[in-house]
Amino acid sequence: MTLGVTALAASAGGSLLPLAILVPALGVLLSLVLGGRQAERIALGLMPFELAIAVAIAAFVGRSGQPLVYSLAGYEPPLGIALKADGFSAVMLVTAALIAPAAGLFARANFATPAGIEKRAPLVFWTLLQGLQGALALIFLSGDLFNLYVGLELLTFAAVPLVSLDGRPETVAAALRYLLFALFGSVFYLLGVALMYGAYGALDIAMLASRIRPEPAVWLAAGLMTAGLLAKTALFPLHLWLPPAHANAPAAASAVLSGLVVKGSFFLVVRLWFDVLSPLPGLIPGAILAALGSAAILFGSVLALRQARLKLLIAYSTVAQIGYLFLMFPLGQGPWAADAFSGGVMQALAHAFAKAAMFLSAGLIAESLGHDRITGLGGAARALPVTFLALGLGGLSLMGLPPSGGFAAKWLLMKASIASGQWVWAAVMAAGGLLAGGYLYRVLAPAISGERPQLKKTPARSRESVALVLALIALLLAFAPPAFFAFLAIGRPAAGLALQ
Amino acid sequence: MILVQALDLGLGLLVFAVGAWTVFARGPFAATVGYVVYGLLLSLVWIRLFAVDVALTEAAIGSGVTGLLLIGAAARMRDAETTAHEKPLSGPLRLAIAALCVLVALALAAVVLLLPDNGPSLAPQSLHHLAETGLGNPVTAVLIAYRAFDTMLEKVVLVLAVVGVWSLAQDRYWGGAPGEARAERPEPTLAFLAQVLAPLGILVGVHIFWVGADEPGGAFQGGAILAAMWMIVMMARLSEAPATRARWLRLALIAGPVVFLAAGVAGAVFAGGFFAYPPGFAKPVILFIEAFMVLSIAVTLPMLVTGPPRRETRQ
Amino acid sequence: MTSATLAGLVGAALVGLGLYGLIATALPLRKILAFNLMGSGVFLVFGIVARKGAAAGLQSDPVPQAMVITGIVVAFAASALAVALVLRLFNETGGATLDPDAWAKRPPDGAESE
Repeated sequence: MTLGVTALAASAGGSLLPLAILVPALGVLLSLVLGGRQAERIALGLMPFELAIAVAIAAFVGRSGQPLVYSLAGYEPPLGIALKADGFSAVMLVTAALIAPAAGLFARANFATPAGIEKRAPLVFWTLLQGLQGALALIFLSGDLFNLYVGLELLTFAAVPLVSLDGRPETVAAALRYLLFALFGSVFYLLGVALMYGAYGALDIAMLASRIRPEPAVWLAAGLMTAGLLAKTALFPLHLWLPPAHANAPAAASAVLSGLVVKGSFFLVVRLWFDVLSPLPGLIPGAILAALGSAAILFGSVLALRQARLKLLIAYSTVAQIGYLFLMFPLGQGPWAADAFSGGVMQALAHAFAKAAMFLSAGLIAESLGHDRITGLGGAARALPVTFLALGLGGLSLMGLPPSGGFAAKWLLMKASIASGQWVWAAVMAAGGLLAGGYLYRVLAPAISGERPQLKKTPARSRESVALVLALIALLLAFAPPAFFAFLAIGRPAAGLALQ
Repeated sequence: MILVQALDLGLGLLVFAVGAWTVFARGPFAATVGYVVYGLLLSLVWIRLFAVDVALTEAAIGSGVTGLLLIGAAARMRDAETTAHEKPLSGPLRLAIAALCVLVALALAAVVLLLPDNGPSLAPQSLHHLAETGLGNPVTAVLIAYRAFDTMLEKVVLVLAVVGVWSLAQDRYWGGAPGEARAERPEPTLAFLAQVLAPLGILVGVHIFWVGADEPGGAFQGGAILAAMWMIVMMARLSEAPATRARWLRLALIAGPVVFLAAGVAGAVFAGGFFAYPPGFAKPVILFIEAFMVLSIAVTLPMLVTGPPRRETRQ
Repeated sequence: MTSATLAGLVGAALVGLGLYGLIATALPLRKILAFNLMGSGVFLVFGIVARKGAAAGLQSDPVPQAMVITGIVVAFAASALAVALVLRLFNETGGATLDPDAWAKRPPDGAESE
């Protein structure tokens, strides 16, 4: 049974797929032309619709048990472009549709526009936030390699100016470095697409999966595309751009950058290796990816321990947590494959919510205290209890302590790693958990004890609640029922690939 | 036959040599000028590859507009003492990087040599469906019909790029105009060039857009030529860049993507699918969309080159 | 060797050259130039793929050509954003490098920051 035939069956609800991309795209265009206050209104106004579309897509996929497919312009692949939503896509889409509005609601206080005048930072923020949503929707739903390239560019162009939004030289330099890494990634990805098309005359993921054979062009294409996507995902050793970029962006932007943007390119690495390249022997490339991931976990965690600023610590923590995502790759074939896949996806989701909560909390802390130096956090938890609760609960998920999504993810990945005999990944995860505990203790312990500091500003209860809700979602993921994991399996290539 | 091959080889070597010079030349300004030459040579290569649409795009956008952008940037940074602070990488590290790059190039070259001569191609399918689009140029059909979704989203990418570039303005200049103000007494030679070239260029640009439905050409190439003409007039200081808060400017920037998006949604209602065209009406709809695309491109490219607003203008 | 193969090999060489420039040169403006060089090399690889896909009376497969056109436009937009960042950095710090130690204490034209 080839993916090509089933994937192209027309399905009801398919029209939702283009809408998920076109609604935020229209929002971007209208925000620019109407300008001023309208940009914020359009952004926040469209978000409920985007969430509704995402949930509807998930409902259709869940009810039918099949991926949702749509061919654009009335032309089937390989000539036309097909969109496809499987379980993984739907879950990521819903995650993005939850985190982006949360960041938006949080950011209303930072990027409010006075009536009558248009200000730079608010217009740029609200327009680019919608651009991010459109880009992520495109990445999660597109089934065409070149269309995905356009999605990656859309994502980069929306994300980079958010980093330099405050205009300080440090942020401009960080944005430039981010852009250069991202452009390197795009060029390598595109080169891989050229080779794939050259070899098989198709860009459709499902079609390629049915035609691919292990030949030199494919191996080179795989290597190039993966290297490019790793640069965008900031996997060690291509992680240099991430800490300054994420730490110095506005808090709401950091939440979306760490929570969602890096997950976009990660999603494509999974698509590439688990879908397009599934006929290839994946153990050695998977082991290489997991080795880099392990280095990221250890390196990122140790560097996080040594940071002086809270936001930088959280950013280095992102570098480490991204490493966990890549431990699923050598475990993709065999009876433990379902656990490994579920674990990887759960890690992506848990990290997205937890990290977004942590960056929003750190933003509130910085605003309230006037700084984010870790040495100056003594007693701050007494003054900002809800904020630190959100920070702590997010940290719980990062450490992988129960009950949290992070724990569920690590549990699944460890199970798979031990069952497959590749226990080294389990050891790395255990070490990573300990190190995470270490750097979180550095932040939380002095905050709980010590004298209450003077607050420059009290954070608004609504903003604290947003951070707390995101952290709670990260925790609630631990209680995902088995149906959730069955949902993730919708659209996965048929099991039974030989152990390589 | 031999002569053609020799010319091709010469062209290829020249392209590589100028490219290498762009990387290794002493000053950034010289390198950017070299890049323009490189781009023009590259257009010749594209003609040898029988891809005339691409050659036009490379000449207009790849070499022309990008060249203007980079030369402008290099000129503005020329006087700085930046070169003194350039910390070169150590010898062994450079060697390692060079080795890696040579490896990548060799692997790529090997795969290129292994490509089968009559490889898999979508040319037959493109031609097969050409009639229903009413177009004569298969490349335009791919861009605006078969893969319209890609092209529409690419227009949105351009809009985001403008927002990103504008975001780098200082707060006090937000809404103002980029570039220089109109000069009281423009420089005579430049002004003369602009006055002669611009009307001609506008005609050429519109022609290339119009003709692109059936011959090489199209919205991107035509729009880029129009954009270049506006940039020449601005460089001659005969005209100045508009204020970025101007409603007409913002409408022009989004007109292309919005019309394209609207047509795509209308396709879902009237033609059975998003971005599908009603049979028999495809060509007029396509030309309608392309006309707005030309407008947007002609406005977007100069805005990207002139950069973020730097002057306050009257409200 | 056909002109298409030659173009493909030149493309491969340009990718290597551009990659070296992107990684090894220090000034961001040179990196942007190198990125454009790399991009044009990638487009040439598309070009040979297109030429080898000549069929049904067409001299060149139109789908890769369309991809190159899209790619050229996107690369230009990326260069514009990168240049805007470099110029902003230059206005603020007097230097066009990413190394903070090389930034002048006083920007060249007295431009104020935010």
